[in-house]
Amino acid sequence: MRDILPEIEQWMAEGEEIALATVVRTAGSAPRPVGAKMAVTRSGRMAGSVSGGCVEGAVFELAQQVLESGRPQLVQYGISDEMAWDVGLSCGGIIDVFVEPLVRRG
Amino acid sequence: MSKLFNALREAIAREDAVAQATLVRGEPLGAKLLIYEDGRILGTLGHPELDEAVAADARALLPQGKIETRSYQLASGEEVDVYIESFLPPRRLVVIGAVHIAIPLVAMARELGYRTTVIDAREFFATRERFPHADELIVAWPDEALAQVPLGPQTDIVVLAHDEKFEDPALQVALRSRAGYIGAIGSRKTSEARAERLRQAGFSDEDIARIHGPIGIDIGARTPAEIAVSILAEIIAVRSGRDPRGAGSGLLPAKATAGND
Repeated sequence: MRDILPEIEQWMAEGEEIALATVVRTAGSAPRPVGAKMAVTRSGRMAGSVSGGCVEGAVFELAQQVLESGRPQLVQYGISDEMAWDVGLSCGGIIDVFVEPLVRRG
Repeated sequence: MSKLFNALREAIAREDAVAQATLVRGEPLGAKLLIYEDGRILGTLGHPELDEAVAADARALLPQGKIETRSYQLASGEEVDVYIESFLPPRRLVVIGAVHIAIPLVAMARELGYRTTVIDAREFFATRERFPHADELIVAWPDEALAQVPLGPQTDIVVLAHDEKFEDPALQVALRSRAGYIGAIGSRKTSEARAERLRQAGFSDEDIARIHGPIGIDIGARTPAEIAVSILAEIIAVRSGRDPRGAGSGLLPAKATAGND
């Protein structure tokens, strides 16, 4: 959290709507540990990361939904299935990511 | 924006140790509880019995700065998951000797989230121009300056002074402190001579073994920036419970590295 707090403070000062994604559980060789965070604004800005770049795109989309609904979500990302178009972790492992609205208008 | 997030930001800004618990499976999803070091709590996870159990666990996790998700069973029998994150005050890196290596060391330590303090008795070394990234510059004799700095387990001390008259008093203060990491620059021979002087000053072998010297891990570092990486890598290893000693630092004799000033 501390590493992305300066960006969050800056975005708050600029009146952005912000969602926060946190890795809350990992299994296997997860790319980033429990506690890794990524903040996303409704306007499309991003800070931090929850994986080595594998699922950030999906988390970004989910963060937009969370900001829209105001309702947090817990999602699990697993090993990518090459046969499917689903997002996944190329390095293996499973991560649970909790996405919540941090700053939301009205 | 939530009142609790504001309270968390305030605690972080004040450098208070605080833990935040979030309900990540169960209802009310996303509910939060802040647990302060002194036992105060703020907010709720929506179930009084859960708040109590989580607060007790969070207080145990907080001193180690631990982060984890635990499962709890509610009075109703329902199982929920709570993510608990500890926020400790930032680590502090105290550098004795405002030498060339200290410049990249302080800049990189800042990237790692450290608060940095640079100490040197020579005022033309410890200047703001040379150390724009340092949080604190102290021009004083190291042992006097160290008396002004908190030297708890969150503090790491790196002695780059490479001069007995600066180094020995600093190391004596460092060894009497609870600092998390103590390192001193110099070749193996220099380190042995230093150990002997400290032994004569009354320090035990166990005390002296706390000093990492030659400082840094062996990555073939040559330039000041590379040596800074090697030192910080060693600090990270020690912090993570992996003592890399025995590998040898592989650094050049101190004259060729510390003497660039």
